Amino acid sequence: MIKHFLNLEWKQFFRSASFGKGLALKILMVFLALYFMVTFLAIGVALYPILKKAFPEDDPFIIVNNFIFYWIIADLLIRFFFQKLPVMTVKPLLTLPIKRSKVINYVLGKSSLSFFNFLPLFAIIPFGIVLLFNGYNSIEVLIWMLLLLLITQIINFLNFIVESLTAESEVSFLPLILVSGSLFALNYFEVVSFSYGLSNAIIATIKQPILMVVPMTLLAVLYWCNYKLLKSKLYLDNSLQSKTQEVKTSEMEWTRRFGDVAPFMQLDLKLIWRNKRPRSSVFILVIGLLYGLFFYPNPIYKDMAFMYGFIGVFVTGIFLINFGQFIPAWDSGYYKLLMSQNIKYQDYLRSKYVLMAMSVVILFVLSIPYVYFGWKILLAHFAAAIYNIGVNTHVILFAGSFNRKKIDLNQRAAFNYQGTGAVQWLLGIPLMLLPIGIFSIFHFLINFEAGIASLVLCGILGIVFHQKLMVFITSKYLDSKHKMISAFSQDN
Amino acid sequence: MIVTSNLSKTYNKNRVLHIESLDIPKGQSFGLVGNNGAGKTTYFSLLLDLIQPTTGHIKNNTILVHESEDWKPFTSSFIDESFLIGYLTPEEYFYFIGELRGQNRADVDNLLNQFEDFFHGEILKQKKYLRDLSKGNQKKAGIVAALIGNPEVIILDEPFANLDPTTQIRLKAIIKDLAETKGVTVLISSHDLMHVTDVCERIVVLEKGKIVKDLVTSEATLKELETHFSGAMAN
Repeated sequence: MIKHFLNLEWKQFFRSASFGKGLALKILMVFLALYFMVTFLAIGVALYPILKKAFPEDDPFIIVNNFIFYWIIADLLIRFFFQKLPVMTVKPLLTLPIKRSKVINYVLGKSSLSFFNFLPLFAIIPFGIVLLFNGYNSIEVLIWMLLLLLITQIINFLNFIVESLTAESEVSFLPLILVSGSLFALNYFEVVSFSYGLSNAIIATIKQPILMVVPMTLLAVLYWCNYKLLKSKLYLDNSLQSKTQEVKTSEMEWTRRFGDVAPFMQLDLKLIWRNKRPRSSVFILVIGLLYGLFFYPNPIYKDMAFMYGFIGVFVTGIFLINFGQFIPAWDSGYYKLLMSQNIKYQDYLRSKYVLMAMSVVILFVLSIPYVYFGWKILLAHFAAAIYNIGVNTHVILFAGSFNRKKIDLNQRAAFNYQGTGAVQWLLGIPLMLLPIGIFSIFHFLINFEAGIASLVLCGILGIVFHQKLMVFITSKYLDSKHKMISAFSQDN
Repeated sequence: MIVTSNLSKTYNKNRVLHIESLDIPKGQSFGLVGNNGAGKTTYFSLLLDLIQPTTGHIKNNTILVHESEDWKPFTSSFIDESFLIGYLTPEEYFYFIGELRGQNRADVDNLLNQFEDFFHGEILKQKKYLRDLSKGNQKKAGIVAALIGNPEVIILDEPFANLDPTTQIRLKAIIKDLAETKGVTVLISSHDLMHVTDVCERIVVLEKGKIVKDLVTSEATLKELETHFSGAMAN
């Protein structure tokens, strides 16, 4: 049976419509994986001598054990954002004579072979070997390695439980961050010392191997929980019976003042508010708005005025970047309709422009309190806002004409990479680096004010030539119309 | 109204559609039948400029479809669910389409009132998004949306599929009425020979992308079609 499953997955991978397109991303992932493997290997080998040198009085083995608590927290967080339970197209299998338990065990078993579980081994095994060379008891070291292996598996299955419990809401990551943050804080301020507790428990287990029963039971319980969760989801009525939401309609009369663009603006606003994924970009606004707080209070950046430009572009443009990078893929689900309807492409695009420009203005106003950290910051934000309205909006609309990846609006919101292609990766360069470059050059050559003026000037130029730019951008969209239609009607 | 000449569409050397010439006059109710892969949806997609022809062209009211967009104001269509915007309620969707076609709310409401029994109380004022409606009800909404704004050409791909019998009968009456009394050119495709012969004045049979029959509907048409398709089965 497993052979069949593997065969199906193999075909799914190589026969998918986006196989060729996604290949570049996959190669990048492989390189990333190799990089991490080498890094972990290096850590595993070098950790012991480094610790020995840095803390000659302490036992490196104990130090490492003290850090395992932090590792668990960090691992859990990273997995939450990046590791997904392996997906299997399960619907066609349900009516075939295959036991449900087999499907579930296969999915869970596959997850325990995930890269995330192998990665720590690259550090754990060499570290263990180094320990052996330094005369630690070989049985104890082996048990230690086994114990850590169990812990990675425990984290693995714990993560899926957390994910499935929080999958429904847009802000799913908040509770996890809160819990792990408070655990970390409790530990850090030594209210409850988890890290020493865990370290002691590990050492006790090494001395008394019978205690291995505890993590083993924990793992078994977690596996069983996962099994139950998945089993309850393996019935069709869960996927077929969509939860019908009570509709709240609003007329949004205020959009009328934008004239011909109004119907599209209403559509866009409804798009954002009624679908999981775009709605999450609204929540990201809050994070983006607070982004400056990471930098401005820090005295290191006091003299790095060019950072103001960067943060300004980011803070006032967070919605622009987040929403704009997937134009027109947001509408991919009904792109055929738009293309056969009596619409003016330019109005459609202008509505997106107005929306993005408005967001920049609103975000600028909201970011005014940053003036607390100095007038220069307000000035830089203002210049960045003008630049965003004049240049970045057009850049992002133009880049959209190269978009060929569809987006399923109803999918899980946070950290969903569907629809992300080369366009989104390349877009960062003109969007962020260009304004920083312009600003820095004039800042270094002349002074801060000149840097500001150059950004403002670029922005004003963009606004002045808005009509011409839109005509050009529209023609680009028209050129790639058929390619987009065919790409958007393909399943990934 | 719709003139097709030397039209063909080729995917990887595989010619899926080849129509030498096809002339659909104004006000005709035109039916397209054929087995799966015969090229019905391909033809409609070409007609709406959703795909590009490999050779030839279609003229919709003397406008070259793949060059100008001026056919859009008087042409409307419902091909599949991707013509619906899932996160709108049916009303919002109708108003949105209405707005694109230069109709105000009163106009749209007026039109919707005529379709009250077609909707069977399951579409309007349900406080549901289109994505949460059943397949059949989605189809009803899509078909009615294609009637908004007094289009002169209406294109419906498989309009009878997924509909319940009552609605099928009502839809047939609606289509007949459009062509006979309002002079609308209606193009439909179907697998259901009975429905097509009931509704269409003229029926064209496609087979592997080519026109093999072009019939003016009469008493004998259904029989002829049935013989044709059972013959195709025997071959």
